[in-house]
Amino acid sequence: MNPIILGPLVTAGIAASLALLISLIDRVVNDYGEVSIDINGGKRMYKVRGGSALLGTLAAEGIFVPSACGGRGSCGACKVRVLSDVGPHLPTEIPYLTPQEIEQNVRLSCQIKLKKDIQLEMPEELFSVKKFKSTVTSMKDLTYDIKEVLFRLDEPKDIDFIAGQYVQIVVPPYGSVKESVQRAYSMSSRPLDKNHVELLVRLVPGGIATTFVHQQLKEGGKVELVGAFGDFRVRDTPAAMVCVAGGSGMAPFKSMFYDMRENNSFPEKEIWYFFGARTTKDMFYLDELRQLQKEWSRFHFIPALSEPKPEENWKGETGLITDVLEKYIKEKIGKDEGLEGYLCGSPGMINACINVMTRNGMEESKVYYDKFA
Amino acid sequence: MPPLINPITLFFASIFTSNILLTNFLGMCSFISISKDWKSSFGLGMAVTVVLTITAAVSWLVLRFVLVPFGMEYLSFIIFIIVIAAVVQILEMVIDRASPALYLSLGIFLPLITVNCAILGAILFMQIRSYNFIQAITFGAGSGLGWWLAIMLLAAIRERTEKNPVPAGLKGPGITMITIGFMAMAFIGFSGMIAVQ
Repeated sequence: MNPIILGPLVTAGIAASLALLISLIDRVVNDYGEVSIDINGGKRMYKVRGGSALLGTLAAEGIFVPSACGGRGSCGACKVRVLSDVGPHLPTEIPYLTPQEIEQNVRLSCQIKLKKDIQLEMPEELFSVKKFKSTVTSMKDLTYDIKEVLFRLDEPKDIDFIAGQYVQIVVPPYGSVKESVQRAYSMSSRPLDKNHVELLVRLVPGGIATTFVHQQLKEGGKVELVGAFGDFRVRDTPAAMVCVAGGSGMAPFKSMFYDMRENNSFPEKEIWYFFGARTTKDMFYLDELRQLQKEWSRFHFIPALSEPKPEENWKGETGLITDVLEKYIKEKIGKDEGLEGYLCGSPGMINACINVMTRNGMEESKVYYDKFA
Repeated sequence: MPPLINPITLFFASIFTSNILLTNFLGMCSFISISKDWKSSFGLGMAVTVVLTITAAVSWLVLRFVLVPFGMEYLSFIIFIIVIAAVVQILEMVIDRASPALYLSLGIFLPLITVNCAILGAILFMQIRSYNFIQAITFGAGSGLGWWLAIMLLAAIRERTEKNPVPAGLKGPGITMITIGFMAMAFIGFSGMIAVQ
């Protein structure tokens, strides 16, 4: 036979038979059988085939440990704490771990191979992070620049979240925006309504996502959402909640209050909700929240306008929200059980409120907020 | 016509009188870079020995039953590299399963062996000198042990010279090259005592 044909054939034949041998041996040697993954002390148990990296195995089970590099061990994001013995830290892991993490046996899940039963510990919210296909079912103008947008989840259909958490809208490329971006919005819907996500989106001039939602997105439009994220949530203590919001910062509180009301959760907590706006034009949900205050004795709603016009006939508090807040903390809010601060709004408002709160004896470590901006 | 050298003689000859590292200067890169400490040198030397023994046997079979019948000996460089890579891959999987501790201590060295020229060199000698199967295996094992011996000796010497007052310009690779030179002279002193082909 012609050596030009025979040469490659022989080489390929030998390579192929060796490759076959390798995959056969891989089958036998790397057959670790069924192993169990036990997460957070038995809260979640999985039976999986062993032999692959933990990161990929978890992803196949629908647990998305964050990973920027996709498992090559170059980003160090996929940290999980391993409670069972999986051998010493590998040289590929050590550069990404602090001495403290090494002591706690925090590992990079892309670097450890699943060989036997394993016990893990990871933040609960990782379990519910999913990507949702959704359809916009309603869009309402709450004010001239804030829209209430309701998304129906199509695939998967249910979201598990804790009131106060946020989702990220996947904004597709549009107009002069050439790349898909993601922006975070607190959910204003109740966690019990698992099939829907409601967001309050204020139009920010020049904002990529807000412009998209206000101008491109219509009822019936399809959008992807990723979530739920965040640890902004009601703390399980008897301390009174001092909540301050402005504009679309209303969103997480709407979710929290209606959720607490519905489940009567944290029954010993008093709730003080300060909502600041400039004029009545910027005010929304006024009737709903006043109604809620009437029906629910531990909920106190204090809307305030900073620049009310005489013709608006405003009967509530006036002045900057921080001044109103200070007056109430000093004079009206009972401090027997202690106070906790919950803030959502612009960074300027958050910083001003933290100042007022710490000045009036609240601990900064008990003031909670999401840093979005 | 295969040489009629006794396999046992060949085994010892390839360790001492025809040391693949110090008389043929093959596998120098890892020899110099890994020999800083004794433990890694031991692990790497042992890995080379095992891989070299197995690949010598497999390559001999491939050569005898595939390449020679097809008249394809000129492909041996490519084929041998493929064989070495495959053997290293298989060995890595087996060690990982059988002894995770050994696997960890070998770490990066095992994959590095794929490109260790001492291995390809020894196999090509085996082909050129037309050894038979038994000779090929003993030569492979002997060359591997010879490589292990050489790197252990160098590691031991380097651990001592580390603390000695070496002129600044000769620190590190400089004094290592001189050391290797002396070692090679000592080993070459044996050469010719036993004919390996």
